[in-house]
Amino acid sequence: MTDVHAGSPGGPAGPPGAMAGPAAPGRDTARPAGDTARPAGTDTALAVSTTGLTKRFRGGQVAVDHIDLAVPRGSVYGFLGPNGSGKTTTIRMLLGLAFPTSGRAELLGVRMPEGTVQVLPHVGSLIEGPAFYPFLNGRDNLARSDAADRTADPHTAADRINGALDRVGLLAAAGKRYRNYSLGMKQRLAIAASLLTPRQLIILDEPTNGLDPQGTREVRTLIREIAGDGITVFVSSHLLAEVEQVCSHVGVMRTGRLVFQGPLAELRQTGAARIRVETADPVAAAAVLQKLGLPEPLVAGDEVTAPLGDFAAEQICADLVHAGIGVRGLGVVSPSLEELFVGLTGEGYDLDG
Amino acid sequence: MAEAPVVESPLAGPGSAALAGGRPAVGPVRAWLRFFRSELRQVFLRRRNLLLLAVVALFPILIGIGLRLSSHPHGGGGGGGLSFVTQLTGNGIFLSFIALTVLLTLVMPVVVAVVAGDSIAGEAGYGTLRYLLAVPAGRTRLLAVKYGVIVVYAVAVTFVVTGVALATGAALFPIGPVTLLSGTTVSLAEGILRLVLVSLYVSAAMAALGAIGLAISTLTEHAIGAIAALAIFVVASEVADQVPQFAVIQPYLPTHWWNSFDALLRVPIDSSTLLKGLLSFAVYLLIFGSFAWARFTTADVTS
Repeated sequence: MTDVHAGSPGGPAGPPGAMAGPAAPGRDTARPAGDTARPAGTDTALAVSTTGLTKRFRGGQVAVDHIDLAVPRGSVYGFLGPNGSGKTTTIRMLLGLAFPTSGRAELLGVRMPEGTVQVLPHVGSLIEGPAFYPFLNGRDNLARSDAADRTADPHTAADRINGALDRVGLLAAAGKRYRNYSLGMKQRLAIAASLLTPRQLIILDEPTNGLDPQGTREVRTLIREIAGDGITVFVSSHLLAEVEQVCSHVGVMRTGRLVFQGPLAELRQTGAARIRVETADPVAAAAVLQKLGLPEPLVAGDEVTAPLGDFAAEQICADLVHAGIGVRGLGVVSPSLEELFVGLTGEGYDLDG
Repeated sequence: MAEAPVVESPLAGPGSAALAGGRPAVGPVRAWLRFFRSELRQVFLRRRNLLLLAVVALFPILIGIGLRLSSHPHGGGGGGGLSFVTQLTGNGIFLSFIALTVLLTLVMPVVVAVVAGDSIAGEAGYGTLRYLLAVPAGRTRLLAVKYGVIVVYAVAVTFVVTGVALATGAALFPIGPVTLLSGTTVSLAEGILRLVLVSLYVSAAMAALGAIGLAISTLTEHAIGAIAALAIFVVASEVADQVPQFAVIQPYLPTHWWNSFDALLRVPIDSSTLLKGLLSFAVYLLIFGSFAWARFTTADVTS
């Protein structure tokens, strides 16, 4: 069998009151993060949820500061932030590797770290780069990982391992020692390990780290395929550009805080659009804009720009023409996602933390 | 809002209900055995560990040849402080006891230390620990499996020493009914049975040492550090065991009872000494096993 995502045999009937999650395979862009239709704590619509999750290291440094994650089932959630903003520490807490100082975390509706044994078999993960025994080949490394999983069926192990290797394109290199793998192959082997059994959630921490553009594209394609099977993907990155094409939702971290969370489209809307007017008489145009109520128009060369706010660009154009301004060009400029991202996370290296 | 059960997809199952069911592929015992076998293979097929076993096997041969050469002219002597050496020329089986006495001072503990010190620290060093725990292997389960493998390796080391020594002794010296330390002579079969019991006693000593190594191994992600720490621990204990001023604490030292296996070579067996030794091993296992468990199940895995 090559389909490593065969549906997991759940119970014949769910308990009364438990509703199906967003059932359509693929992304669920319609459901806003933090849907309130369900009682808190047993929210089965969320693949990952945290409330006030905090990690303070022994030195007193707060790595993760009261974050409330809400990752809808079926979404591809981009967990973004510069290096050192607390992404990996959060992921370690989600997976029960590190214990939170305060707050709570749930995976697939199960409290962590208490539910580790119950829930982690349904969660595949890549944590801070791949790690395997260098002296074993790819297949043996996966076999070792599978043997540790008490829910994995030993009879299907060989098939599942081959299926996972095939999925990431490593079947031909399965007999090669891990130490001879290229970085891209190592990364793919780690993804294969996360696909050994049917999953409901895949957590990928910086899956494109250190990869060349080709490798990055391959990982993105894999993420799309995984999401296409209806699996929730939680992917962290310090580069928005690497994941924005595949994400339906994003959460943005800055120095341990979650500064934005929601559908990607919502992030786009947070950018304040500006109107840009090209004219021979920019000073007069600025005066008109100000009179219309647009705050602080900026004049630069033969251009005027101002925050558009709720005004309609068409109306402003008409008003300008009406006021006798010769309009050569007019447009609305929205900041790119990258600019918004930089605005949220701070410019370049943030060394004050 | 009553939603009709919709599309069948891996997601459609309500989370906790599907999770509670899990995928009970095999029983817990078989799953445990599968993991144990996998880890056992890992340790016993690793070239370094096999090489160490080979080195351990080499020592009894060298000791046997050395004693054979030195004893040849006058049929005795050269034994120094080793009580078994004078008996060796009469019976090759004593090479096993000589080899154990010699190798227990450093070679065997160090070899066991390599596997024990590497057990958790090695995984942490490779970064595989976080993946094993995310599988999830289960922290207590992983620790138990790791310790089980250490014990098997300790038994293997001990029986390699006695086995190779017995074969070498039989090849280089006469072999027959065994005169025990108490002067009683027993048949060769009973002599070999006693040798097996001695090996089990020494295995228990090495297993207790392995528990100390496991505990140290949970403290670091540098396997070599854990191995060195355990080796130093052994040497320090042996030195303290030789200093008369420390007589009061000597019975509590971890290495103090290692050589007490000669209690098995008397008629009747000196069971009081033997039990004290076994009690010492059990106490060390309990203390350091508990420490390893307490530490490993509560520490953040940051490697």
